[in-house]
Amino acid sequence: MRVSVIDDACHGHQMCAIAAPEVFGSDELGNAIVLIDGDIPAELQAKTRRAESNCPERAIVITD
Amino acid sequence: MTEVRKPVEDLLTDYDIFEPEFVKDPYPSFSEIRESKCPIARTERYEGSWLPTRYEDVVAIAQEYETFTSRGILVVPPFPGQGEGAYGGVTAPPITSDPPDHHWHRRLILPVFSPQSVAKFEQGTRDLCNALIDEVIDKGTADAAADYAQHIPVRVIATLLGVPLEMESDFTAWVRAALENIMDAEGRKWARKNIIEFFLAQVEDRKQNPREDDFITELMNTEVEGKVVPIEYVLGVCNLMLVAGVDTTWSAIGSCMWHMAQHPEHRKQLRENPNLWPTAIEELLRMYAPVTMARIVDHDIEFQGCPMKAGDRVLMAFPAANRDPRQFENPDEVILDREHNRHVAFGSGIHRCAGSNLARLEVRVALQTWLERIPEFELVDKTDVTWAGGQVHGPRKCLVKF
Ligand code: HEM
Ligand code: SF4
Repeated sequence: MRVSVIDDACHGHQMCAIAAPEVFGSDELGNAIVLIDGDIPAELQAKTRRAESNCPERAIVITD
Repeated sequence: MTEVRKPVEDLLTDYDIFEPEFVKDPYPSFSEIRESKCPIARTERYEGSWLPTRYEDVVAIAQEYETFTSRGILVVPPFPGQGEGAYGGVTAPPITSDPPDHHWHRRLILPVFSPQSVAKFEQGTRDLCNALIDEVIDKGTADAAADYAQHIPVRVIATLLGVPLEMESDFTAWVRAALENIMDAEGRKWARKNIIEFFLAQVEDRKQNPREDDFITELMNTEVEGKVVPIEYVLGVCNLMLVAGVDTTWSAIGSCMWHMAQHPEHRKQLRENPNLWPTAIEELLRMYAPVTMARIVDHDIEFQGCPMKAGDRVLMAFPAANRDPRQFENPDEVILDREHNRHVAFGSGIHRCAGSNLARLEVRVALQTWLERIPEFELVDKTDVTWAGGQVHGPRKCLVKF
């Protein structure tokens, strides 16, 4: 599983970081950044999906 | 508000957001409209407005900033003469700005509100909450709204802005006039005058006595494309910080306190599983979203079958969107560990609340501190709670005993 954030769509709700703080962080403007390069480890995949389903802007893209 | 209120004949064509029952509990009306054949209601009251109630529609309107502009964001029309005279050009950027200016208006303030930046307010907020609890803890009773919630955001914002905390009661009075008793146009005018004069004096003072590490000073010195920002921008941002950061967060804290007073099972759940706090706060914000914003239609358009005209006001009922069963399972139930929660209490799109990380922190610390010191409490009288509504919804009197 890989994950990315569509920068233009992200408006900094930080719901992703609340759901999966190991996977998502924030830049100095409060917009999301992905903290993990490459594959999301198995133990964080459920949390990552949860983050996706909590983003009000649908800015998170998961590719399996 | 002394005139006799015309009774509402039909919610779909004549809703009244200031009708006392609606102010107290707008949710039954929202669902009646949402589930009707016409989920975007219309009223001619207060110079007319539209009221979308479905999640999908509210979010679509928030995203379409070219059609639905932020020229007017209050749920009522501007007061006569607003925008005239010296400093008449002071608005409330970025909330009142449209692109392209909105971009830099917002960008300049975002760094102050990133999760990293607001973390430094946590200890101060906790100390403040503890001091407020010290005042009431031996009495066995308190007004969770007026003795507690009301005092927290205003002091946090005053600290952030670097303005005198002793003026708390003035700030609160101005904010209530600007956002809460908004039927009273004279009151809004009075608040605006006071707020602008106050911040003008603060700016002058900083010119005479420069300060280090100070929000207003940094704002005054900011350059955009080689020029320092205009004074109207500085005053406008300060105006917005005060107005947007106080009533909203206080209402959210108040509603959460009102909820916790009635739900011992949720107090217990949080005590047993403190990791739940961040998710729980989002769920409470979904359930008790305090803020409704407006938009002004730019050009004639048919939106979901509604013939909207240029200049029409549209109320973005985020509280209604947050209870749409199409988006949320069991929407009227608080589920502290709700799995899927794309709530829009903070709005959606380019204007989404810039202060949300601070707001969340304040709500969480206020609840945590209270529950640590007063783990068991209940409402004195369920029927004796009073509410503010319209633009901002939350309890104003909420007696609890412990
Ligand atoms: C629970 C508390 C709060 C709620 C529910 C809330 C809600 C909102 C909403 C719904 C908007 C969107 C406005 C629109 O679409 O027109 C907004 C914008 C804004 N809020 Fe908040 N707010 C809260 C607390 C705060 C705080 C504490 C601050 C900071 C001092 C703040 C600063 C702002 C700013 C600057 C904007 C304008 C952003 C823009 O237009 O780009 N808010 N807020
Ligand atoms: S929840 Fe969505 S919009 Fe919010 S910060 Fe994360 S990616 Fe961005």
